[in-house]
Amino acid sequence: MSKYDIAILGAGPAGLAAARAITGKRVALIDDNPRAGGQIWRAAPQIEIGSNITFIAAARVFHITDHFTLHTDRAGIIEAPKLILATGARELFVPFPGWTSPGVFGAGGLQALVKSGLEVKRKRVVVAGSGPLLMAVAATLRKNGAKVLAVVEQAPLQRLLAFLKRYPSKLPQAIALKASLLGVPQITGAWPIKFDGGKLTLSNGRALDVDFLACGFGLIPNTEAARLLGCRIDDGFVAVDSKQMTSIPDVYCAGEPTGIGGLDKALAEGRAAGLAASGLTPPKSPSRAFVRDLAETFRLDPALAALATPDTIVCRCEDVTRETLDPHRTWREAKLQTRCGMGACQGRICGPITAQLYGWCAESVRPPLVPVEAQRLKIANTGK
Amino acid sequence: MHVTINNRDVEVRENTTVLAALWNNGIAAPALCAMGVCMACRVTIDGARHQLACQTECKEGMRVEV
Amino acid sequence: MTPDVLIVGAGIVGAACARELRNAGVKVAVVERDLIGGGATAAGMGHLLVLDDNEPELALTKLSVALWHSIAPQLPAPAEFWKCGTLWVAADDVELAGAREKLAVYRKHGLQAELLDDATLYEVEPHLRPGLAGGLRAPGDAVVYAPVATRWMLADVRVTHGRVVELIDGGVRLADGSVLRAGAVVLATGASSLIDGLAVRPRKGHLAITDRYPGFARHQIIELSYLQSAQGESNESVAFNVQPRPTGQLLIGSSRQYGVDDSAIDDPILARMLARAFEYMPALAQCNVIRTWTGFRASTPDKLPLIGKYGEGLYLATGHEGLGVTTSLGTAKILAAAVLGTPSPIPPEPYDARRFCARND
Repeated sequence: MSKYDIAILGAGPAGLAAARAITGKRVALIDDNPRAGGQIWRAAPQIEIGSNITFIAAARVFHITDHFTLHTDRAGIIEAPKLILATGARELFVPFPGWTSPGVFGAGGLQALVKSGLEVKRKRVVVAGSGPLLMAVAATLRKNGAKVLAVVEQAPLQRLLAFLKRYPSKLPQAIALKASLLGVPQITGAWPIKFDGGKLTLSNGRALDVDFLACGFGLIPNTEAARLLGCRIDDGFVAVDSKQMTSIPDVYCAGEPTGIGGLDKALAEGRAAGLAASGLTPPKSPSRAFVRDLAETFRLDPALAALATPDTIVCRCEDVTRETLDPHRTWREAKLQTRCGMGACQGRICGPITAQLYGWCAESVRPPLVPVEAQRLKIANTGK
Repeated sequence: MHVTINNRDVEVRENTTVLAALWNNGIAAPALCAMGVCMACRVTIDGARHQLACQTECKEGMRVEV
Repeated sequence: MTPDVLIVGAGIVGAACARELRNAGVKVAVVERDLIGGGATAAGMGHLLVLDDNEPELALTKLSVALWHSIAPQLPAPAEFWKCGTLWVAADDVELAGAREKLAVYRKHGLQAELLDDATLYEVEPHLRPGLAGGLRAPGDAVVYAPVATRWMLADVRVTHGRVVELIDGGVRLADGSVLRAGAVVLATGASSLIDGLAVRPRKGHLAITDRYPGFARHQIIELSYLQSAQGESNESVAFNVQPRPTGQLLIGSSRQYGVDDSAIDDPILARMLARAFEYMPALAQCNVIRTWTGFRASTPDKLPLIGKYGEGLYLATGHEGLGVTTSLGTAKILAAAVLGTPSPIPPEPYDARRFCARND
């Protein structure tokens, strides 16, 4: 067992910013990936951390007990009286015929894969879905030699332009991305409707032969650790005060779990959480308007919910199709009757999908937070 | 660096995850999120079943079965 | 339309009773406060097994398992009915002697069973630890995914959603103040009782389920001393019980606790339960657990259910402890016989719903 003053869950931008802000305390910075940086920096973190920080890589926290004992799969037990949850976000997927075929990845997923060694030179790729991430993904792919055939954003062009008008500070970034994607068709108000043996069909009627489809429809906050701890959740996000503290004393939260807002918000909140957890007064947190505007700009077209045909798989772990789910009224009922959400991903992928398709909301979180060897679970539970 | 995929010896670069190595070597392994969430990319690594290919970096001599 | 019989509780016992009565031509309705098959029915393992701890238990489980086999061909595929058999594991020679007695009982009652020596035991279940004495295989036992089976039983039955708060003359009152009327009421409410002083106590259990390990276990595997855990009155006990799902997932049980009403995972008892499982199947320790949960069995002092008439127009079908899924079908036969005044397929007295009531006469 190792003891620290503060434990940070997640070594993405928010977690790294938090770590950076903490001085004179022993900090454990824990991440389930082999390298720091989170999904956005992926193995190329742009913040250096001090010698008071111990980076614990490739370790997944599967249970949190007491105040606070973190049980990990590969790094044993970590104790700290204060926690900063910087658990980031995952992608939202929209099921359409063929979305479970090999070659279809999340947008951020394919980017992560390229940054972890996937060769995409001369590969034909379409990046589709929704959100500012798509352009960044397309740029990464192109930089690595991929032939990006199109970037397909479901939101209509007017909404995107209105957003940029409201946030001129984001313009240089947008222009730079646009420049790096010179010659790549950027289609708005459209989405994939079918993927079959490498043939992608878009809602605007276009058909493209691709090697990879990178497809993500926005981000879902990773709130499982917060839920396990009993932190108050408002409208799907972890509720925090002006010091990034959750409803549970000594538990702070920063970045996407408090509201999807991207890099700048994650850095500001991470820093604030780091300062607050150190007993210092953080600066006033930035306005939440950007979070709301982002969500509004990239809100999903209702037509997306109709893409899945009766035999389209919704729950990949248990192969549950849409027609099997249709008769059910709640997530729990569907789970019980169809085993949707009962597989290895623990409903992390199909839960948000059914929230989109049916308005269902997932239930409480129980340990283990992630699949874990039975012997680890046993050890974690013997502690008391 | 060399790893074995389904009994075939392949060469991989440093800092390559198992999932990337699989696709680079023509094995279209199931995967989606590539971030350790969807669990679709579980493979057997050095005899241990259900390891996440997307979050495991290749190591010299590693044996992967899909 | 006022039904002849209103069943409170759409767990597998209530559902089986509804189906039985409906098939007998009775107008039946069911009221459920939560989900169909969402209580102990969902929390349990769904094993269908003969237990021989005492004569009445044997009679009811034997009847019920036979009934399960008779309806199996009609069950929908997602009910995952699977005749995987039970393997009772004997840790030492004393337990093996117990297995021999068990074999004699099975034979006497015309049930299939075979004694396995230690070599054969490892042949059929290679992941059991070395040094076990042997086992008894009961090939007639099976497993089922109970929530789906429960819903199937209720396919042609009207199920109303509502929480019954009070039994009134000729019906029940719901939390929203409305009244459901019926000729008779059957309480199939499991561990949550609507009657003061009913001899049913909640007995908490934990389960864990693993990722897919096809072929890891081929039978429902139980330690022979399981019955001591199930039958005993100890406040807290664990026993080794592993069940394969057709997908290759493994359900790991079991625990029993009295006096706990919190449904949260109890970390120490879960740890004890897992430790017990590793003692018998060490390789389980390396299997990934993907989910854990708890549930409440309805336990009576003699561990037999309460089936039959309780008062004027009031019947019980509850108190099934850990055997509700198995004995639901037999319970339905006995209950229907009591309601209709027809002969019961087995003597109903041991399950008499009033047997724990104070005698006032």
